[in-house]
Amino acid sequence: MNYRLIVNIAISLLKARWRQTLVAAIGVTFSITMFIALLSFMTGLNGLLDGLILNRTPHVRIYNDTKPTKRQPVTLAPENKSAHNFIHSVKSASGRLEIYNSAAILDLLHHDGRVLGVAPKIVAPVFFNAGTIDITGVVNGIDVQAESSLFHFNDYIVAGNAIDLKNVPNSIILGKGVAEKLLAELGDVVQVTTSQGETMPLKVVGYFQSGLQDFDKVQCYTSINTAQKLLGKPNNYLTDIQIKLHDLNGAPAVAREYGGLFQADTEDIQTANSQFETGSFIRTLISYSVGITLLIVAGFGIYNILNMMIYEKMDAIAIMKATGFSGADVNRIFIVIALSIGLAGGSVGLIMGYILSVVINHIPFKTAALPTISTFPVNYNPVFYVIATVFSLVTTYLAGFFPARKASKVDPVVIIRGK
Amino acid sequence: MSEVILQATHIKKYFHDPVTVPVLNDLSLSVNKGEFVSVVGKSGCGKSTLLYVLSTMDTDYEGELWIEQELVTGQKEKQLARIRNEKIGFVFQFHYLLNEFSVLKNVMLPGLKLNKYSAEEIEHRAMERLKMLYIDDLALKGANQLSGGQKQRVAIARALINDPAIIMGDEPTGNLDKKNGQIVFDIFKELATQYHQTLLVVTHDTEFAQNTNRIIEMEDGKVIRQ
Repeated sequence: MNYRLIVNIAISLLKARWRQTLVAAIGVTFSITMFIALLSFMTGLNGLLDGLILNRTPHVRIYNDTKPTKRQPVTLAPENKSAHNFIHSVKSASGRLEIYNSAAILDLLHHDGRVLGVAPKIVAPVFFNAGTIDITGVVNGIDVQAESSLFHFNDYIVAGNAIDLKNVPNSIILGKGVAEKLLAELGDVVQVTTSQGETMPLKVVGYFQSGLQDFDKVQCYTSINTAQKLLGKPNNYLTDIQIKLHDLNGAPAVAREYGGLFQADTEDIQTANSQFETGSFIRTLISYSVGITLLIVAGFGIYNILNMMIYEKMDAIAIMKATGFSGADVNRIFIVIALSIGLAGGSVGLIMGYILSVVINHIPFKTAALPTISTFPVNYNPVFYVIATVFSLVTTYLAGFFPARKASKVDPVVIIRGK
Repeated sequence: MSEVILQATHIKKYFHDPVTVPVLNDLSLSVNKGEFVSVVGKSGCGKSTLLYVLSTMDTDYEGELWIEQELVTGQKEKQLARIRNEKIGFVFQFHYLLNEFSVLKNVMLPGLKLNKYSAEEIEHRAMERLKMLYIDDLALKGANQLSGGQKQRVAIARALINDPAIIMGDEPTGNLDKKNGQIVFDIFKELATQYHQTLLVVTHDTEFAQNTNRIIEMEDGKVIRQ
């Protein structure tokens, strides 16, 4: 097959109608540009919103919940095994919140290949004493380094240094909301009282702002050691173990497995945050449908141009067929025309789409809810460019397919006799 | 007995719209190598229809058609295209040059399609043909910059590019004035006498027909004299 000749003829036909060709190509360019910009921006935004929660949420969390024992003693007694037992007004016992044998669990987790990282944590409800009033809050004893590397803890520190938690003894990072209520400046000392009534002075070394107001009004952070001291517990006391996995989707299975293995409560990210996935999915779906609609409209533009071209070039098609070009050759010529419009328009569109994404990425976007963000977020995922390329070629091919088939069916006898 | 280039036996063809009318009625003819044949007849006698059947472009007929001992009837569209490309040169009443291309490229196109020679060789051959028809100086002009007579000569050069077994013409002088018509006829004559090119020309120009080797006269879809 003589493709050079076919491409040659296609180019000549395109040149003869370069204005319309340009319009059709611009249509493709525009739609690809918008497709890429829209998806990059939308998924960037999705990533940001999801990150707000998901970045800070462990994939699997191991903890001990305060709840009534599932199997009450009466059912455990051998003489009652065969009977139905009714107990009314069951209450939760003052169970221990700590995770049993935490050192061994941590050791096992560090050796599990599926686990990306582990961050132990102590959660304790406290009161902050400010003058005459007490403000409720939650102190999280954390391993600063693990927390930063796994859950981007650093990103949310708006004043002070996260690592000071570790370096300064008896230090605390206050939630922005808490700090405002306490009127606590960096370097101030705040009085913290636990639910057991123990009071301890802690030095403020930073502010924390997550962007979720309710969260920032209660949450505060100290190091694990400080938390243990505050609660008067030994240094193997942990209430939570947060796990980040290599594969997020494996979380539910891993959570179940650990729950059985460690005799503790476990929670996976999918269960904890299912609504976020739904939101992201819908937003992505909308972006894709808008982008694809644009491409289809551009496809109709190409279809139009080719149809016009075929009517105009009826004579040329007829004579080419008379002089030995087969229907398949003519078909190929018009498919090449369609694809080259798609390819040219599409590749310019890819570049323009990238440029537009960069521009969006530089538009200032400041909001109190998102302290770490100063411009609109954009996701430069190469997958979008691949999808756009494939889609532009597919739509232009389809747009060219029917006109090309029509051209290939032109009967030279009818045309030539018609003159 | 010289070689038979084109043979048609018992060709029948009907038009079906609006009613079925026979156009070609059990028509047989053959053309030998080197012959300059003209087909004449009144308007509507089916001479153009015959030409399109013989040219393989019209496949809706009964009977058999042979070109250079190769049975053409029943071949696939792709094969027919190849046969037209290789063995048949066309000259129509209207020139049908492609305005997007230069004169030279127009002449080269069927040669490039055949792909038997390299592009340079085809260009050389195209120039030869243009020289033969005294229009080599127009080679690089656009097809739409030419006069009617010049265009028709380019069309003849295009028909010759693949050394076809036969050249078919459908009123090749019909659109030209007397002078240009004469030039075209002289070219045909020269092709027949000097280059032993086989030619089959449909015309209603009796003067043109008179000067050919053989006249096939048609009436009502039949050959009445040849």
